[in-house]
This record gives sequence, C-alpha cells and structure tokens, in this order.
Amino acid sequence: MTGASPNLVASVSRRHPEVDTPTSPVVHFDTGAPLHLACQQDLAPFSIAYETYGELNAAKSNAILICHALTADQYVASRHPITGKPGWWDNMVGPGKPIDTDRFFVICSNVVGGCMGSTGPASINPKTGAPYVLTFPVITVGDMVEAQARLIDYLGIDQLFAVIGGSMGGMQVLEWASRYKDRVFAAVPIATAAWHSSQNIAFHEVGRQAVMADPEWSGGNYYAAGTVPKNGLAVARMAAHITYLSEEALHRKFGRNLQDRSSLSFTFNAEFQVESYLRHQGSTFVDRFDANSYLYITRALDYFDMRESAGGVLANAFRGTKTRFCVVSFTSDWLYPTRESREIVQALNAVAANVSFVEIESDKGHDAFLLEEPTFFATIRGFLNAAAMKRGLGSPEARK
Amino acid sequence: MNAPDIGKIAGQPKAPRVDHLLIAEMVEAGSRVLDVGCGDGELLQLLSERKGVDGRGVELQREKVNACVAHGLSVIQGDADRDLDNYPDQAFDYAILSLTIQATRQPKNVLENLLRIGRRAIVSFPNFGHWQVRTKLLFSGRMPINDNLPDEWYLTPNAHLCTIRDFADLCELVHADVEQAVAFNAYGARLPIKWSLSMQNMFGEKAVFLLRGPKRPTAGG
Repeated sequence: MTGASPNLVASVSRRHPEVDTPTSPVVHFDTGAPLHLACQQDLAPFSIAYETYGELNAAKSNAILICHALTADQYVASRHPITGKPGWWDNMVGPGKPIDTDRFFVICSNVVGGCMGSTGPASINPKTGAPYVLTFPVITVGDMVEAQARLIDYLGIDQLFAVIGGSMGGMQVLEWASRYKDRVFAAVPIATAAWHSSQNIAFHEVGRQAVMADPEWSGGNYYAAGTVPKNGLAVARMAAHITYLSEEALHRKFGRNLQDRSSLSFTFNAEFQVESYLRHQGSTFVDRFDANSYLYITRALDYFDMRESAGGVLANAFRGTKTRFCVVSFTSDWLYPTRESREIVQALNAVAANVSFVEIESDKGHDAFLLEEPTFFATIRGFLNAAAMKRGLGSPEARK
Repeated sequence: MNAPDIGKIAGQPKAPRVDHLLIAEMVEAGSRVLDVGCGDGELLQLLSERKGVDGRGVELQREKVNACVAHGLSVIQGDADRDLDNYPDQAFDYAILSLTIQATRQPKNVLENLLRIGRRAIVSFPNFGHWQVRTKLLFSGRMPINDNLPDEWYLTPNAHLCTIRDFADLCELVHADVEQAVAFNAYGARLPIKWSLSMQNMFGEKAVFLLRGPKRPTAGG
C-alpha cells in the first residue's frame, strides 16, 4: 500500500505573510466605508491588493481591469511572490502583447475572499484579533465586483476602457457590464457562463469535501491548530485540474505512459505520468493557496446565476447596455462549454448589444484561455484595437 | 501569431462586388446594419468606410468569424436559421442577407425574421431563372455550374435556389413591400429598371431586393 496516502507536500507556513502584507500595493478601506455584501452583512474594514502595469493617461480613459479566475491572483504579469513563476497571463499582458501595457493601464486585483492580500478568511478579524476562518461571510461574484469598483473609485477612474477575464474572471466581467453599464466601455468575457451549472457545483463540492475531510483542516481553524489541510486541498486541486483540461489533451500529453519506470510495479505509487502530474499540481497548489479561501471562492462560483438575479431572463441583465462585448469560448472546454457562451450572446443580441462572439478551435480544454493560442490572441488584439479606435485611444501604429 | 493589419483581408484593394456597391447605395449613412452571412466582412467593411454604419455581422464559418473579429468588426458565430429569433423587433435599420438565403434551411422563416429585425431588409441571391441556367438544364440535362453557382450539386451549400420571380412571390406571401429590385447581368451591369420582371428574370444573374416588412401591431413595442 505504499503511496496510498501520498505525502504531497513539504511543510507550509501556517498563514502566509502575503495575506497580511502583500508584495503588491494594497488599499485599505476603513470601518466608515464598509462593503455591503449580498448576504446582507457589511465587511469593514477591508483591503484590496492589486497590481498595475503601464500608465494611466491624462484623460484616465485607457484603463483595463483584468479579473482573475478561481485560484489566480493580482500577479497577472509579474513574478509571483510565493512561487517565483511569471505572471499567470504573462503571454497576454505586457508591452506589445495583445493587452498592450505600452498603450493601456492594466489593473488586476485579488478578489475579496482571496488570500494574496485582499481580505479573506485567513485575514485577521480586527474585532477578535484572530483570523476570520469560517466567520468570514460567504461572498459572491457580485461582491467581488463591488470590491473592485471601490478600488477603481480609489484610483480615480470613472470609466474602464475594458474589463477582461476568463472563467470566474469572465463572470466578474459580466457582473461589471450589468451593474456598471456606464463604467465599462468594452467587455471581454472568456470561457465562462452566466450561471454555474449543476455539474460545476458538483465538482466544487467534491473539492470542498476533500478539504473538510482532512483532519488537519480542524474545522477551518488550522491556523490556530498549526496545521495545514494540505492533502485535502491537494486532492481538491487534482480533481479540479482534470476539469480544466480535455480528454484529448490529457491523452496527447500523457497517454498511458509510465513515470520513471518501464513496467507496472503493482503498487499505488504514481506509476502513470498523469498521476505524477496531478500530484505535482496538487502539491504546488497548497504552497500558495489558502484552503479556506478555496472553500469561499468555490462557493461564490456556485452561487453565481445572473439569469436568476435578472428575474429569470438573462437579457434583462444587459438591457440598455452600450458596452462593446467580445465573448470567447473554446471548442474543447467542457467546464464552460460553448453553448453557455452562446446563451450570453443570445441575451446580448436580445437587447441589440454590440457583440462579437468567437469560438476558438483548441483541444486544450478550459485552460486554453491561459495558453498561447494564436487565433485567440489575434481576436483579443483585434477587438481591443477596434474598441480603442472607437474610444479615441488611437491606433497602435499611430503611437510609434 | 500577429494579427494582420485591418486592411489586408477585409479592405483589400480589390474592386468591391457590384451587389455590395448597390447595397452601399441603398443604405443610409450612419444607420445600424446587421449583415447575416457576412463572410469575411467585406460588405461590413465597405459600409463602414463609405456610409459610416454601425455594423454587426453573423457568420456560420468559425474561421471567417475569427478573421472578422481580429479585424475589428463586430461579428458573432451563428446561424441564420437558428440565431435570428433572439434579436428584438426593429433592432436595426437594415437587416442584410447577401447571397445567403439560398443556403438557409428555412428561407421563408429567415426572410420573416429579417423583416422583423430590420426596418428594412436587403436580400441578394443568385437567380436560377437566368437564361444560361435554363439552357444548361434544358440542353445538358445537368445542374448548371457558373460563377454564381460554382459547386457541384453534391458539394454545394445551396439548399433552396430560386428565381427572381419565385422570390417576388415569396415577398408577396410574407406581405413585404418591394421598395427596389435590381438585377445584374453576367457582366455586373444593372439591367434597365423598365424591364419587366420576366425580362429581369431571364437576363439577371443575381438580384438585390430592398424590402420593407408588413405593418405590425405595435403592442409590446
């Protein structure tokens, strides 16, 4: 039975210093300016950690907000302070890249409920002097957007040139476009949906149960217990990671190849390369992500249903919009399949919105939106260029 | 890797198609236009350059949609048969169907949708009543192949070919007013407007109809 309970990780510090003192800038909103949450509670004080790239122009008209996905953070195009790896969308965001930081002022903030400097369950509750843990209110995607709006206010920006994001980031894009119609000139929801499907809730529940079944989770109080539910969180990540890929991509990458051996060894070790890969994904994840944040953010996704909040008709969420939309899906994404993007497009058509919709052919599954897919990049670049012309930001050629 | 410049595909310096030029004449400057079956966006680009329209497109083929969006056009991947139902009434000044109606599964339904979505509809189509088509069928006994109908019968996407007369009948059936109808001969010249429908039907290789939908009750807006 060797390896049946994989020793996935080296020891992890209990509460990472990034929770309280992030490497990135952070803005604190004090008790006089609470965040009103969907659950009817107020969160105050609260902090939003964010990164910016490029320069805000004098008219403050060239700002792009990038919304991150479930387990990403504000380090969209800068080295991650814990892993030391390049930004999670380094190929998309930067000088001369599709989201060109020579032209645009790019903002990316850690979501409320996160663990990289924005207030979340690992943060200290000033009332008790101890981490919130499970007393942290359950937050929603809408709450994330309200917190971002406070940051955008703080930065003195009236209207964002664009809000862009994939997966959970795409849901924030949709919420932005719905809640702040005058503040979003262009919106790019990528590989996302207007409501979280039953299957996706099911996968999240598997992940949460894996975390909670780990004795080291200690009812959420692992910071005090001096433990880390690393096995539970790693299993959650492993299960989730499968949903980010496609059968085809997995087969192409690993097939039935064996890891460091030439024949089956009749054990429960990571004999197959795919097992070894997933274990690695799990173990590196727990080094950088807080288990309670994982519970809270997956919950926020499960609660997401714009159709419901628009009174059963999704189109109502966008009525009166002047925003230019570019909806993108990927053929092999089974987590947020094309038909769910098409539903967004149909709702936008129903209110005669200005919408482009592109389905990108890729066999890389949901994670394709993070990878260098030439057609995808050309789409984003072309859409942003055209929108920038409309916004009076000039053509990229004109600047050179 | 890099997106080609906007000019390279959509705005290539090749001469615009005659039917596109006519449509550009029909469309009022600054209007809102939906081009159903917009292909690589040639017409949208032309209308945007010459008439400053606020243009949108629908295109079935994914590669063409990608190219359009990469070149800054607002285009969605979609299907005239399936996706027009979602658009609200009178959302556009013009709903255009350029050389596409013959490839739809339900042309009548598509036409009715166009007349509902647009204050006016513009439809162009290859005329199956052209004398060369008739003689080809009469003498060779085979499906005709020409510039407008380039594919073998077993490869063509066309499902519902019609003549100018057929189309005029359909317009009557759906109570559409024909405000203008122009046929082009094989050389791209417009046939004299005084010609009778049968003459247009005989010598027109393709036709462009400018239509206005039936008066509808205003309930519900």
